Amino acid sequence: MAVIRDNMPAFELFQPASTDDALGLLNQYGSEAWVLAGGLDTWDWLKDRVKRPSVVVDLGNIPALREIQASGAGLEIGAMTPLSEVVGHSVVREQYQLLADAAAVVASPQIRNQGTLGGNVTQDTRCWYYRDGWNCYRAGGNICYADTPTAMNREHCVLGASRCVAVNPSDTAPALIALDAQLVVRNGSGERVVDAAEFFVGPEVDIERMTVLEPGDLLTAVRIPSTWAGARFYFEKSRDRQVWDFALGSVATAAKVNGGVIEDIRVVVNGMAPTPVRLTAVEDAVRGQQVTDQTAEQAGQIAVRGVKPLAHNAYKVSLLKNLVTRSIRGTEA
Amino acid sequence: MELFEWGNNPWGQEVLIRISMDILYLSFWAGIAFILFHLIYAAVWVPKLARAHAGGGGAGAAGGDTVAAVPEKIERHTMAARVFHWIMAASMLALIITGFFPLVGVEFPWLTIHWVAGVLLTVSVLYHIVHASFFLDFWSIWIGPGDIQEAIQRVKRQLGQDVEVKRHPKYPLDHRLYHMAVMLAGLAAIGTGLVMLFRIDTPVVARNAYLLAAETWGLVYVLHGLSGAAFVMLTLTHIYFAVRPDKIWMTKSMLFGYVDREHYLDHHDPERWIVTRESGKG
Repeated sequence: MAVIRDNMPAFELFQPASTDDALGLLNQYGSEAWVLAGGLDTWDWLKDRVKRPSVVVDLGNIPALREIQASGAGLEIGAMTPLSEVVGHSVVREQYQLLADAAAVVASPQIRNQGTLGGNVTQDTRCWYYRDGWNCYRAGGNICYADTPTAMNREHCVLGASRCVAVNPSDTAPALIALDAQLVVRNGSGERVVDAAEFFVGPEVDIERMTVLEPGDLLTAVRIPSTWAGARFYFEKSRDRQVWDFALGSVATAAKVNGGVIEDIRVVVNGMAPTPVRLTAVEDAVRGQQVTDQTAEQAGQIAVRGVKPLAHNAYKVSLLKNLVTRSIRGTEA
Repeated sequence: MELFEWGNNPWGQEVLIRISMDILYLSFWAGIAFILFHLIYAAVWVPKLARAHAGGGGAGAAGGDTVAAVPEKIERHTMAARVFHWIMAASMLALIITGFFPLVGVEFPWLTIHWVAGVLLTVSVLYHIVHASFFLDFWSIWIGPGDIQEAIQRVKRQLGQDVEVKRHPKYPLDHRLYHMAVMLAGLAAIGTGLVMLFRIDTPVVARNAYLLAAETWGLVYVLHGLSGAAFVMLTLTHIYFAVRPDKIWMTKSMLFGYVDREHYLDHHDPERWIVTRESGKG
């Protein structure tokens, strides 16, 4: 069980000054190394003594990882860029407002100043059984405590459960998927670019991790193509309180609307499944349709097909339906 | 080497979780080691033994009347038995691939394929039990007290002693030993696998993660893992023998159902596997 102590367990701290140095350390220490970005996820784990890495690699001294570069092809945002800088960047606000909207509702202003885009995307799930150190599937055990007859699972998933019912907590992840973003991952043997939609790993594939990142891997940047620049965006995050809270559910939509007709669209929800989910059935249903209340209602109905609520989260079915409906309509009202 | 993985239950007590990966690797490398050993044995030792015991056994040893009484083709496996074998083989391979490949880094959505293959294996084994019990020569695949004496004689012969050893009945002793191992591992895997269905969402049973106590679940997972790891070795060696040129006639019999007269007389004792021209069956 988690034990909160005044002192964290000892670890060796490295503060490399370059990406190559960081990669060298990650390569050297492999699964023993823990990557520290803004620290918002990290310190919980370490102070609770649930995760006990022997080596922590702090990326805070690598300026190259916190640059935002705009070009005709789109935008490249360093993984260590603070969320508040993402929110305030002029190109993000003008062309990719969806990402600004998503980043702007992460936690609180202080946390957005400290938290990074890379950290927000790669953060671990908030399932309290897991985070409190219960020996569940995700922690290497053989049970999901959140999906038992007596479990408290109000915040857990209604889609995509596969033994584990935890949800992805990232606010920016659905926006990046909707923008067809790509994530640049480097390791000792080179660089690979992963579509945001493929970056997240569900428990049906690997129950112990949330993303494709493996020991030795480092997320260095997020590339956003110009495909959806200036499109009609909609982001909404539903939460118990309006600040410093994780999403109960969120929706990110990018749509190309011409004369009231949806020419192309991306609809992505989060907080509903172990990974952010792109609702391709909804996209197919509304593509070529007029933006009307009827189209939006139809989209909401399609979104909830196949949902399987747990004991305490049936409200998420209505939430999912309403979020998708409003995102197609384009207004919260 | 770690044998098991341990974790804590909600009360902080240490409980079994599953077998360690070391056991899986051990099973795999034991299978590979056995294959390498047998390759050397077959290349070096078997020709030596053949020269030492030249002249005995084989078709030539059978009397003319015996040869005449044996049909050209002898049925070794019925169609029903062959269908069972290949369904079991397919489901077993699917279970091994879905059970172990993700653990060694080949990741894909494995769980649904795994439990469906498990249910298929269960149904096919139930069918096999009924079929073998009431429609086949049930005792032909089992090991009896008389086999111990034969095993001792065969070992002596392998060690170069001039010992007379009878040719095989329908199923050689090593086949019957293999069947015994597969039966034990298979029943353990099936029994534990059926219980583990309660841990996942399937249309087969209602999910109930608290069906057993954490300690008991650990034992179920360990037994399932041990039987699965055993199948890694058993499957490797089985495939090795199935593709060996000198055994291919047996593999063909599992495809087409028959062995020819020459192989029958070379490898089997007509008194222990009685075949008549009228029946063509053993």
